[in-house]
Amino acid sequence: MINYRSSRDLDWPLLVLALAISGLGILQIYSATAGTIWGDTWWKQMLFVVAGLAAMHVIARIDYHRLLEAAPALYLGGLALLLAVLLFGRQVFGSQRWIPLPGGFTFQISEFVKLILILLAARYLSELRGDRPTLRDLWKLGALVALPMALVMKQPDLGTSLTYAAIGGAGVFFAGLRWQHAVALALLFVLVLPVGWTLLKDYQKARLISFLNPGSDPLGSGYQVIQSKIAVGSGGMWGKGVARGSQTQLRFLPVAHTDFIFSAFAEEHGFVGVAVVLTLYFLLLMQIVQNAQSAPDRAGMYVCMGVGALLLFHLLVNVGMLVGRMIVTGVPLPLMSYGGSSVLTVFMMLGLVNNVRLQRFVN
Amino acid sequence: MPLLPPEPDHEQEIIRHPPRRVQREDTNFAAGRVAVVQYAVLGVFVFLLSGFWELQVHRPDYYSEAAERNRIKSQPVLAPRGKILDRDGRVIVDNRSSFSLLLSRENLRFEHLAPIAEGLGLEYDELAAKLKRYDRTRPKYEAMVIKEELSASDLAFVESHRDTGTFPEMELTNSHRRLYPQGGLAAHVIGYVSEVSEAELNTAEFARYKPGDVVGKAGIERMYNDLLMGVDGQRQVQVDNMGRERLVLGVKEATPGRTLQLTIDLDLQVVAELAMEGRRGAVVALDPRNGEVLAMVSRPAFDPNKFAGRIRSRDWKEITSNPDNPLLNRAIQAQLAPGSTFKPIVALAGLETGVLEPGFGVSCGGGASFYGRYFKCHLKHGHGRTELRKGLAQSCDVFFYTLGNRLGIDRIAQYAGLAGFGQKTGIDLPHEAEGTVPSTKWKIRNFRQKWYAGETISVAIGQGALTVTPLQLAYAMGGLATGGVWQRPHLLREQMYTPTKNVTPPAPARKADLTVENLIQVIDGLYAVVNEGGTGGRARLVGVEVCGKTGTAQLASNEALKNTKLGLALKDNAWFFGFAPRQSPEIVVAALFEAGEHGNLAAPIVRDVIKAYFDKKSRQTPRPPLLAQAPAPTPGPGGEAPE
Repeated sequence: MINYRSSRDLDWPLLVLALAISGLGILQIYSATAGTIWGDTWWKQMLFVVAGLAAMHVIARIDYHRLLEAAPALYLGGLALLLAVLLFGRQVFGSQRWIPLPGGFTFQISEFVKLILILLAARYLSELRGDRPTLRDLWKLGALVALPMALVMKQPDLGTSLTYAAIGGAGVFFAGLRWQHAVALALLFVLVLPVGWTLLKDYQKARLISFLNPGSDPLGSGYQVIQSKIAVGSGGMWGKGVARGSQTQLRFLPVAHTDFIFSAFAEEHGFVGVAVVLTLYFLLLMQIVQNAQSAPDRAGMYVCMGVGALLLFHLLVNVGMLVGRMIVTGVPLPLMSYGGSSVLTVFMMLGLVNNVRLQRFVN
Repeated sequence: MPLLPPEPDHEQEIIRHPPRRVQREDTNFAAGRVAVVQYAVLGVFVFLLSGFWELQVHRPDYYSEAAERNRIKSQPVLAPRGKILDRDGRVIVDNRSSFSLLLSRENLRFEHLAPIAEGLGLEYDELAAKLKRYDRTRPKYEAMVIKEELSASDLAFVESHRDTGTFPEMELTNSHRRLYPQGGLAAHVIGYVSEVSEAELNTAEFARYKPGDVVGKAGIERMYNDLLMGVDGQRQVQVDNMGRERLVLGVKEATPGRTLQLTIDLDLQVVAELAMEGRRGAVVALDPRNGEVLAMVSRPAFDPNKFAGRIRSRDWKEITSNPDNPLLNRAIQAQLAPGSTFKPIVALAGLETGVLEPGFGVSCGGGASFYGRYFKCHLKHGHGRTELRKGLAQSCDVFFYTLGNRLGIDRIAQYAGLAGFGQKTGIDLPHEAEGTVPSTKWKIRNFRQKWYAGETISVAIGQGALTVTPLQLAYAMGGLATGGVWQRPHLLREQMYTPTKNVTPPAPARKADLTVENLIQVIDGLYAVVNEGGTGGRARLVGVEVCGKTGTAQLASNEALKNTKLGLALKDNAWFFGFAPRQSPEIVVAALFEAGEHGNLAAPIVRDVIKAYFDKKSRQTPRPPLLAQAPAPTPGPGGEAPE
């Protein structure tokens, strides 16, 4: 089991970056929730980070080839759990995403399915015979990704299901998508769009419309984006100071400790703070890419790039939403947003990256 | 790596016997694409950072203002209207606190207007129009009052819908509602307040107010609206997303409106109101020495409380469709023929012009012919030999027909004008009527016809085209009683004028150079009316020398009405004016009892008010009561008879 030389070989820069971001996240959670009913979330988040570190170590120690072998079984288990969530899950804020755990914690299966999909895609793509995936390969992979997507969409959780597509898409991209296929997929997407529109829930449609024109319904779905932009913009260059952001403190900013945490951060720390944190994320992603480049095999590369692509997608969609450049999808900001399942999943993904890194010394 | 076996050539292996599952190790195959991802990460980084740049560095002021607008709400602190007191400082009109709903126009979403209007039971169109005007005339941060006097269900609606997600533009504020006396006491004097209307805002009088302001619409409330209104203050508060107040940032207190003290004496007012209960008409009591209005009643009255804030349409309809027109202040707006109460003016004109020479008299046989027409006296069998004193006391029509005929219309009109008829008295109430004093000029100006001498005969007994208001009657007779000094009637206590710049005190008294002996003759006649078996015996009081005159005024010729249904509806109006004491009078009271049929039926109304005045005076002075336990006055012979 212990197939790396020492903890010295862990990716320490990656770990430091992740902990720095988490730490800033905890501070911001504290600031945004002080004096509210969520006042205890900051220390819960600390627990999640500690638990995440432990989970990361566990994941890092298991040879990822074994995990890849277990991927189909994990995938089936994940599907079963997603189905169970739909059938027996606990409903919060109108969607059914959580499985209750003893101790008052809830468990969001769809977060962990991201891990499973990364592994599954890595395994599937690394075992392809040809140099490039054939159309048939694409169909198969598409079906594998579409199944959990559909289940999560049903919860309904558009954001998370889109992250699955991001994992699949990134994998296909690295496997070497033929440009003809890319064009075909793009055409298919355009054709499916009107059909997909009818499948969307009303609130999802409203979000799309209000993304295109936030003023159309400022107190409905556009409200969140408008308030977020006000929070961000009023922060200015240097920010209003910790716990002094009126948008955050007076709760004009919705869910300021989860999806909109970075708006709260931007209000209180200004453009300078934003630049610092985005730089941290940038370095984190670069570190992951670097691990992908030094992976011992294609599967390792796929795993690392899957993790990187997923985090990039999260960053783009979440932060893009805060400044009004992305549709509101309810995707958390990795490591900063409050949420046990999300924090654990991200640290486990970092565990995968470390795992791949450690494997390069084996052979 | 010497310990490891040599790496197999994968490509070769695949070609020789391709395995079913191979984990390919060449990671370089995707090097280019990984590089693409690195650039993509950089691109996303720049994309996101530029988004923040745009908001935080490029336009931070715009968003700072938006954040401030979110956070800070500015609410008016409504100034309470000034109270209205009577002459003794007793409260006539008070305020009580209630809740009003403000609409924050900064945060208003126009499409919320309809559900808000519906939730509060307001007319949407009206509200939208009001909002439009507000937007034109007032700064955006100023909230607008859209409903006063919120009911419990209104409050529930507001409380449950004013969070950020629903209608955050709704704000509650404390306001003050007018509390008027019950039963319409002094309703016409006080008037009422109501929300300023669209049309009114376009007039000069109300131009300085803003939509939603509650302003005086009638009476004192309107006349002294500027004084009573006060100046609204402002509060700046920090609120959270639920509209809850978190912090008070600044308060500019409201300046309450001024408390007004009126000349009205509630004691007399109540007596007059009771005397008029169930009747149609008016009572005015003046202090002829200074023009102070001691009581003013108009019946039927209305309940001003129904107007406070926003009148319900049902109540409005009920008031406006009433044929007796309760909103009309009869004391200053009813213009009716004064009947025989006008005779003292004719008598004075006769004396002053010398037409009524000593020894002038007529022989009344129940009527007389003038210009080919027979004019009846009210006493069928006639008064017999009648000179001035008897003519006034018994109200002999033939005497005044004859006198009027000799005077001619223009001399009558001259003295009527001198007494104050045919012009506004200048009382501090809106919409005072002028009445009509006919003359040759008047007829030419208004009808382009010459005056016929026969018309003078009717005017001489207070009929014909002559009309007066009850206030004019009291004012005119008060002036006669005080020797030809007409003090302008007014409702605001004198001390109110001095410290206030924007109130014009009443015009100076008018004085006429009348011969004292002539006045005494007339007043003696008026004394005889009440005390020497005249038509006004019912006004008599023991211990006080009351003078007065009855009047029974026809609305139309009795002959013409005899056979019509209207005959019953158009009963004669009963008039009476009285003043006391005879020498140096302190109070003059005029009463109009519409359809009262006989002037002597109006006399007790006047008597009650005068009695109340002197009763009160005797209570307040150490002298023994004048009127207490006095034997009831016995009316003189003929005293009960109609004139």
